[in-house]
Amino acid sequence: MEKSQRASIAAYLLVGFLTAIATAVVAALLVNIFQRKQEAMNPFLKLVEVGDDDVDAKKWGVNWPREYDGYQRTAEPTNTKYGGGLIGPEGTVTPEKASRDPWLTRIFAGYLFAVDYRERRGHAFMLQDQELTKRNVPGEAQQSGNCLHCHASIMPLYRKLGTESLPGAAPAAQVQRGLERVGEMGYWEAHKLLEQTTGTVHPVSCVDCHSPKTMELRVTRPGFITGIQKLAASDAPVPHLPSIERWRRGKRTVAYDPNVDGTRQEMRSYVCGQCHVEYYCGKGLTLLFPWDKGLKVEQIEATYDGMRVHGERFKDWTHAETGVDVLKAQHPEFELWSQGIHARSGVACADCHMPYKREGAMKVSEHWVRSPLLEINRSCETCHPYGEQEIKARVEAIQDRHFALLTRAGQAAVAMLDALATVRKRYNDAAWRVALEKDPKIHELGELQRAAQWRLDFIAAENSMGFHAPQEMARILAESIDMSRQAQVKAVALLGGQIPAPLPGEPIPATTRP
Amino acid sequence: MGMRTWRWSRSWLAISVLAGGLAGIGAFTFSYAGGPAYLGNDPATCASCHIMNDELDSWRKGPHHAVATCNDCHVPPHFPQKYIAKARNGYHHSMGFTFQSPTPDEPGARRVFAEPIRIKDTNSQILQDNCLRCHGDFVHNIVRGSTWADHAIRCVECHRAVGHGARR
Repeated sequence: MEKSQRASIAAYLLVGFLTAIATAVVAALLVNIFQRKQEAMNPFLKLVEVGDDDVDAKKWGVNWPREYDGYQRTAEPTNTKYGGGLIGPEGTVTPEKASRDPWLTRIFAGYLFAVDYRERRGHAFMLQDQELTKRNVPGEAQQSGNCLHCHASIMPLYRKLGTESLPGAAPAAQVQRGLERVGEMGYWEAHKLLEQTTGTVHPVSCVDCHSPKTMELRVTRPGFITGIQKLAASDAPVPHLPSIERWRRGKRTVAYDPNVDGTRQEMRSYVCGQCHVEYYCGKGLTLLFPWDKGLKVEQIEATYDGMRVHGERFKDWTHAETGVDVLKAQHPEFELWSQGIHARSGVACADCHMPYKREGAMKVSEHWVRSPLLEINRSCETCHPYGEQEIKARVEAIQDRHFALLTRAGQAAVAMLDALATVRKRYNDAAWRVALEKDPKIHELGELQRAAQWRLDFIAAENSMGFHAPQEMARILAESIDMSRQAQVKAVALLGGQIPAPLPGEPIPATTRP
Repeated sequence: MGMRTWRWSRSWLAISVLAGGLAGIGAFTFSYAGGPAYLGNDPATCASCHIMNDELDSWRKGPHHAVATCNDCHVPPHFPQKYIAKARNGYHHSMGFTFQSPTPDEPGARRVFAEPIRIKDTNSQILQDNCLRCHGDFVHNIVRGSTWADHAIRCVECHRAVGHGARR
């Protein structure tokens, strides 16, 4: 072969080779585009049928693995500057809240929350921690079955007991009857019955928020449904819930039904509002959400003050140090979020706590429910594109100020308790009970403690450290401080001006922290 | 005079076939990816990447729905700047679409573009110029010298929802 011929062959081979590479690259691009189109077309494969009685999230996870993966991650410990606790000193559970806020044990004196009250952890633990807490020791039978309304996936038991008791009634009435029956039982008795009904007892599960047929959001908890109906029927303005305002303008022949009347965006808050609320679940009363007069702290207070149980004004417990009948508040996130600017602007719980994220070509709600501070980009920056550090700094500024005010309110409450307890020392128990009722000056002290403590607990039990409604929460704490100090001043006047020796005070933290 | 037969060269035949093969698969890929539509103005084309669905939905419900499409705001109106902008953005879109991590929220994921998406500086200036193209007469008294400059405050800093930020 001639040299020029060999060169020609080499040249042609080179051209052929390069064309082959170029073609391969183009083909790869084509396949990549095809893959993206496929990803967008087929969101899920229905491999198993799920129904209303399927409370095990694992079964739902077969069809919806991405959401299930997120849900499972709620077992991972997380914490932020003010919320949650990584595994604490005991090695298995989160630390006691009182290690940061010692005034909690004082305001809860005589109530089980003074014994054991720990930092939160993820949804995966909601049932287990309810079983581990010293507030619920099996032998002591202190908690009622009402607790399972929120801490377990309990709907099958409500339906079962309800259909047994009221065979022909409407489903909603049956569920309510089921709730009543479970409320009459003790916690562990109800727990056992639930285990027999559903196999294992599960914490909140897919079925509690999603319809198994269409996956649309729906509320299941009778406590919430009754509560929101009462709220709708009341006069309290709820500008952040437009469907209620719309229902109110109608004929009102049918009760407000969140599953029918609620907008899609409202449902994204309602499902969380099934449990993240103030409620009463003690023994002797069916679980209720006190929303008859509205969602604000004084409206709920008025609702409780107007209730009578066994002939007496409603109370949660009698304070051990002062003998006053006081109220307990539990995590009123839904009520306080309702007072803030985010609710007013149409931002739902899920928008921040279960933000949309992208996996491939799919848009999925993050089911790892946790603090938005742990995912600022997706939670905040869709609307507030200012950079993660800036947003985190703004949030911490709000929370730092709130924490300082909260601590101040706690210390004011302790000063009040010291003063009231000193006044009480002058009476025996029976005379003191009479004085609380009949002696106007002593009665006033009792009312001030009840109101001051209610406001402080309402805010302390809420988990946003001020963020959900900063100004409203500051207002409530200010009222609490005012009432605590009024009680203290009036008690000291009764003591002839002698101020009781204060306990060593905790320093008020500065509003700017490193 | 006899006719001259055209002599095939087998190598040139091979080259032609190969080149044609490449051109064919390239043309098909271009068409499959919706290429020709990208030269036009239909908003649905922009949402052929479904990551744009939110923007398309909120534009539909927004105040400029009846008077401005995607290109009217985001692309210069005149030739050749219009096609230069389309080409530049098209390049970035292709890179992002192909190389962005499928799980961009995992720590350390490769990010070709920000998610949630953020407008780049050049496009932000184009947008500003387009606001003023229609509305400049209203506002020239207050904006002269302040919004035409680079890094001037953007109209959309305050008027955020006019395009595709409508409330759900």
